[in-house]
Amino acid sequence: MSEKRQVSPIQQIIISIGSVALVSALCYLGIDAMGYKVVALILLMTVSILALLLDILPVILASCLSAISLNFLFIPPVFTFHIDNSEDILLFSLYFVIALVSAVLSNRIKKTEKILRDKEEKVNTIKLYNTLLNSLSHELRTPISTIIGAVDTLKEKETQIPENVQGELLNEISKAAWRLNGQVEKLLNMSRLESGTLRPRLDWCDMTDLISGIVRKTECAADKISMQFDEPLPLFKLDLGLIEQVVMNILQNAIVHTPTNSKINIRTSFDSGACRIIISDNGNGIKDELKDKVFDKFYRISSSGTGGSGLGLSIAKGFVEAMGGEILLSDSAEGGAQFSVYVPCEVSFISELKHE
Amino acid sequence: MNNPSILIIDDEVQIRRLLEINLSSNNYHVLQAASGAEGIKMAASHQPSLILLDIGLPDMSGHEVLKRLREWFNQPIIILSVMDEEQHIVDALDHGATDYLSKPFRSAELLARIRAAIRRSEAPNNKTILQFADLSIDLEGRTVRKNGDIIKLTQTEFNLLALLAKNEGRVLTHSQILKEVRGVGFQNETQYLRVFVGTLRKKIEDNPEFPVHIHTESGVGYRFN
Repeated sequence: MSEKRQVSPIQQIIISIGSVALVSALCYLGIDAMGYKVVALILLMTVSILALLLDILPVILASCLSAISLNFLFIPPVFTFHIDNSEDILLFSLYFVIALVSAVLSNRIKKTEKILRDKEEKVNTIKLYNTLLNSLSHELRTPISTIIGAVDTLKEKETQIPENVQGELLNEISKAAWRLNGQVEKLLNMSRLESGTLRPRLDWCDMTDLISGIVRKTECAADKISMQFDEPLPLFKLDLGLIEQVVMNILQNAIVHTPTNSKINIRTSFDSGACRIIISDNGNGIKDELKDKVFDKFYRISSSGTGGSGLGLSIAKGFVEAMGGEILLSDSAEGGAQFSVYVPCEVSFISELKHE
Repeated sequence: MNNPSILIIDDEVQIRRLLEINLSSNNYHVLQAASGAEGIKMAASHQPSLILLDIGLPDMSGHEVLKRLREWFNQPIIILSVMDEEQHIVDALDHGATDYLSKPFRSAELLARIRAAIRRSEAPNNKTILQFADLSIDLEGRTVRKNGDIIKLTQTEFNLLALLAKNEGRVLTHSQILKEVRGVGFQNETQYLRVFVGTLRKKIEDNPEFPVHIHTESGVGYRFN
């Protein structure tokens, strides 16, 4: 369906004229074998097939052209627009009417189909909107409940709360507030993507610095995340903020969705005119049938039970695509998940220029 | 000596109240303004030691307030901004802001920035030898020692290190650094800056991947600690 829409009106007219001309020419060569009544049926079939593929105007054009061709080349006396006997006049008239009716009918069917498709799309949008509201209210309300609950407990005058429990409650409030902040940031990023106003701002980027900064921010145990860099690694001209979010989201996803003692590796390499970052873990992996879905907005693997907004990976994918790159999910050598981020960009090996 | 006074220019009453509690319990004298115009007036009449300026004000942009203040106000101005505004932050820093903090920020972080900024403004650094944990930088002799051993630095590397160290605790933007180290007209050569910082880190940091001295402020610049 979508392919058909890509054919421009002019191309459609060329197709319609071309097919009528071609079929007429072939029939003209074989006229002795079949007679002009069969030719009428063949032309009618041609117009019907065109009606399935093309818009209404080119089909009406084909109807008229084939009628003229039938009259001029095949109905005796040939090479005139004159028709001698009444049977042939009837044949010609019927031909013309049937060709036009089939053009109009198939156009109507196509219109109905489009209305149905639009309706379906609308239903899907509403579904997505509902998922968004559900996910949002859950994701925002959980930390808000924590904050309200903990504050209320701390304000309670009658009950004596031991000091260590007070500290614990304050900790929970702080964690919940930062979690809320993270959610808001994800939503902002999502809306930046959706609004279509995202324009990557390119600057030279030291990936060693960037990746180790992200790893530091996760505050994971020192041996949890290992890093590898191509040596020498050039500078890449990228949008720092976007690439940071991409790596951060994939990394957070890996941290949250793998068993506690799992290890994560980030490998950054130079790939002719591109930057490649591979983030792999030795966790339980992601099933093949879910591999595409994890990038969908608000999709969460239902068995994971770890919460999350379902936005992280979809933002990562959106940002990578905004930079003209792609992100692939496969199995790692250790049976875990492996995300490969590939972003085409300018590179600079300037570090080799030691002169001053 | 009087307690240093801090002027908060922020339209959010909750933020002002929170900052006030936090700052006054740390022995700062707190002044408050809810709009840019009021802030400028109060800065003129009270001559605070430092200003905390919110970038998103209702009556005029924080950038405008900063510009007007900088026509005569020489004390530190720390910008407070909501996240996702790297370009705003860089603009403000390049137009005379002393430092910045992204909301939400940690109280300890805020106090550290305020202390560093006030210290720099009160006692202009005339020392020729700067001493940090394992590093000692001799500005006059142009030598750097790490744990007592001399480290060989190129001209540019030394200039870069000296500039960052003289501004200890304060973020410097890419263009500020490049203008100082490479000269006017080279503000956009960030690729050279990346390389210089990379090689400098290899020489002065124990683990260049986890630097303790030269910190990267993503999308903004570098900060020396």
